[in-house]
Amino acid sequence: MNMHAVRAIYMFELSRTWRTLFQSIAAPVLSTSLYFIVFGSAIGSRMTVIDGVSYGAFIVPGLTLLSILTESVSNASFGIYLPRFTGTIYELLSAPVSVVEALLGYVGAAATKSMILGAIILATARVFVPYDIEHPLMALVFLAMISLTFSLFGFILGVWADGFEKLQVVPLLVITPLTFLGGTFYSIKMLPAIWQQVTLFNPIVYLINGFRWTFYGKADVNVWISFGMTFAFMAICTAIIAWIFKTGYRLRS
Amino acid sequence: MTQTDSVISIQKLNKTYKGGYQALKSIDLDIRRGEIFALLGPNGAGKTTLIGVVCGLVRMTGGTVIADGHDITRDYRKARAKIGLVPQELATDMFETVWHTVSFSRGLFGMAPNPKHIEQVLKDLSLWDKKDNKIATLSGGMKRRVLIAKALSHEPKILFLDEPTAGVDVELRRDMWTLVGRLRDQGVTIILTTHYIEEAEMMADRIGVINKGEIILVEDKHALMRKLGQTRVTIGLKEKRDAPPNLDQPLELSGDGMTLTLNLHGEGDAEDTGVADVLKALMAAGIDFKTVHAERSSLEDIFVGLVETRQ
Repeated sequence: MNMHAVRAIYMFELSRTWRTLFQSIAAPVLSTSLYFIVFGSAIGSRMTVIDGVSYGAFIVPGLTLLSILTESVSNASFGIYLPRFTGTIYELLSAPVSVVEALLGYVGAAATKSMILGAIILATARVFVPYDIEHPLMALVFLAMISLTFSLFGFILGVWADGFEKLQVVPLLVITPLTFLGGTFYSIKMLPAIWQQVTLFNPIVYLINGFRWTFYGKADVNVWISFGMTFAFMAICTAIIAWIFKTGYRLRS
Repeated sequence: MTQTDSVISIQKLNKTYKGGYQALKSIDLDIRRGEIFALLGPNGAGKTTLIGVVCGLVRMTGGTVIADGHDITRDYRKARAKIGLVPQELATDMFETVWHTVSFSRGLFGMAPNPKHIEQVLKDLSLWDKKDNKIATLSGGMKRRVLIAKALSHEPKILFLDEPTAGVDVELRRDMWTLVGRLRDQGVTIILTTHYIEEAEMMADRIGVINKGEIILVEDKHALMRKLGQTRVTIGLKEKRDAPPNLDQPLELSGDGMTLTLNLHGEGDAEDTGVADVLKALMAAGIDFKTVHAERSSLEDIFVGLVETRQ
């Protein structure tokens, strides 16, 4: 294992976060705070309790994931797309670095950023609404799995994209709408029966509900199905990345 | 050539790109340990593809490449750790500092941090006072130096320089060739492509010529100059002649009868003696002359001749 390479990539990517501190950390924290002010404190105070949880507290896991999903995808996709765009990818491709090592570096750094971001958002949320985490260890594991999975997904996006537009399109037009429709602001039980069925095709539903279960011990979907879905998504992303490196898709000519 | 003589051994290397373009056609090539090897060829000949395959940027279609005893596909870690690459394009991390990006390269190639080595590399390349500058603020020539520093950061045994002096000023070019000479003295094998053939003529131990994906010649530089080089001697006569003098050397007379020309093949002393011989013969025959001009063919002439012959 080329641990020097893993460390080099990991530290290089993390340093990019500090360089783009506002974009990476401050912007999502600010937007999440606004959500808490509007939905949690202002509108939330007029909403009923859902599953015995106040509305402000109910939306905490979903809002945290909203930022984590988009930031994981953005960070990991930029991490690998930028060297492709500038041409510096030649160095990674000519280095004694395996797929696993490259992933540990790039995806590990993106997932770390997401975890830090998650912690900051949860701390920020505490300022606006009181909440408890019933299963903190499970919450941490789930958060790590989700960060990792969506960083893997972002890595694939960064290899696939052939322009900055595609990098923006997926988080903005796919991840964000699916997260909004995945039960961030509501319980899917509040939907008409037909939409309750349709919404189960949205993979984000399983992530939000699984994460919400770790907070309050209650969810619309069985927690093990949520874990299973997250794990399956992670396995699919890993398999795609292994194929990318094996075939050199969009990396080696 | 034995395994120990050869630091890179390429056998039956083929590369066909998607769409069917065959960039490399059954290349066989051995690079000797410690030499400076200049790979020459016109644009699109396959130089960069060949370098790309050895360095891991391009997937070969067939064949084998052994770098310092390691197969570049099966044992890619050990092979790549020995190789440094300075690419043709100025691809740099614009927002990073010089120090950071060069240190990153060392780690990427599996080497433990060594600030002293990085410092030495930066000093050798006159980059030390720029170490904390962001790369975006550097001139094109300085960026080229950064690319070389990155390639040298992990102390490679084999260094590929793909058009390293393209678009750089005279001073930097001179610095670079000084550095190349120093690296060779340290035992680093250097493979370079260049459009400045006079540089290859000046620096290289051996020359390889690639054209349309095929190696058409690999030769020791001096042997090549001896074999294919020639000296053209032009003698301006004092008096007009109707026919060339009947001497041992095949002299040609110009249309106006005032100039004799002679082509001498080879390089070095033989040519010089040849020029002296013909002048002595002319004087002995009582043929007076006012000017003598001798022009030795350059590697560039030889290269152009070789490539044109194959067109």
